[in-house]
Amino acid sequence: MNAQTKPARNTKVMNRFDVTSRLVAKLKHEEAVIGGIGNTNFDLWAAGHRPQNWYMLGSMGLAFPIALGVALAQPKRRVFGLEGDGSLLMQLGCLSTIATLAPKNLTMVVMDNGIYQITGAQPTPAAAHTDLVAIAIASGIANSAWAADEEDFERLIDQSMSASVPTLIGVRIDDKPGTGTTKRDPVQIRERFMLGLGVRQAL
Amino acid sequence: MAVAEQRTSPQASPEPETWYGIIQQTLKRNDIRLVPYVPDRVLTALIRNLHADPFFTTFPTAREEEAVGIASGAWMGGMKSAVLMQTSGFATLANVLASLVAPSQIPLIMFVSERGTLGEFNLGQSLVCRTMRPVLDSLAIEHHTCTRLDELEFICDRSIKQAVTTQAPVALILNPLLTGGKVFDK
Repeated sequence: MNAQTKPARNTKVMNRFDVTSRLVAKLKHEEAVIGGIGNTNFDLWAAGHRPQNWYMLGSMGLAFPIALGVALAQPKRRVFGLEGDGSLLMQLGCLSTIATLAPKNLTMVVMDNGIYQITGAQPTPAAAHTDLVAIAIASGIANSAWAADEEDFERLIDQSMSASVPTLIGVRIDDKPGTGTTKRDPVQIRERFMLGLGVRQAL
Repeated sequence: MAVAEQRTSPQASPEPETWYGIIQQTLKRNDIRLVPYVPDRVLTALIRNLHADPFFTTFPTAREEEAVGIASGAWMGGMKSAVLMQTSGFATLANVLASLVAPSQIPLIMFVSERGTLGEFNLGQSLVCRTMRPVLDSLAIEHHTCTRLDELEFICDRSIKQAVTTQAPVALILNPLLTGGKVFDK
């Protein structure tokens, strides 16, 4: 979608569910994953629920700040934040905060299709002219890159796992909706996540 | 400035007799280590002292809801936090309170420096101030207005403990009667 109007990039248009599944398949150490609003967490859910997954049902734009909070609280655990391009546009300032705190255990993935897919596929104001990875770099997150294709995405994920600075990976995706639908139970989602992170013990 | 001078339980704090000294010590006693904030002139002394105290990880955020997101993530990761802001910053939080904090039962602890009353010189501040308590009440979020130095520790300590044990957010509103507020000076 909007590939013709976007800045020319040597990046393949991928699929959100596919790259999310590739990420989840790599998680062997109880890494935390924060899924942003809408399709981003629907595809995380569809990729297979894990006790260390958290799904954001509202508060558009806060996936990265929430992931930052988890990363600060648990510096020994790798934390992934998955966010849509429209969501990140709502909270660009968080990139400066993250650049300043520089948690090395935080990996951010931006799923960029240039549209608000879930509300009817309207283009975002950034669709035609804005490069979100360039914004991240300019915000101080030097370790930011577009994934050229699926193989490159997996390579960037692997690199981030041992990075000494936070990582941001941009992924151009198609206009497909999410594959599943997360169960909308915020208390249970939060409680199970805390169990998964070892913060709570089950009754 | 602050009205009350007497405190019955002096503490080993550098500035226990100030509102900001009391808040700093109360945060510490409740193991609240993470304090993201969007600043306010009134909060300057508190922010300065939190930065100077290695117990705290404190830093500015670009927006108040960003600070709320960070505090929520930290809570889920096992670290307690409090967020600092002024009244107009609170006015940006209705969505995140209604769609994240309240439904997820996150014990978000908010300190709000109250602008817009008792000598406000900015019409916008005085209007936005009137939205704060209705928003809190509409979401049934506990809130207290702190006006007296001799009550501050009790209100803050009890409210923090209640927030954590009942898994519910709380707003502690720092009134000009406590802090002196911000007055027209130029």
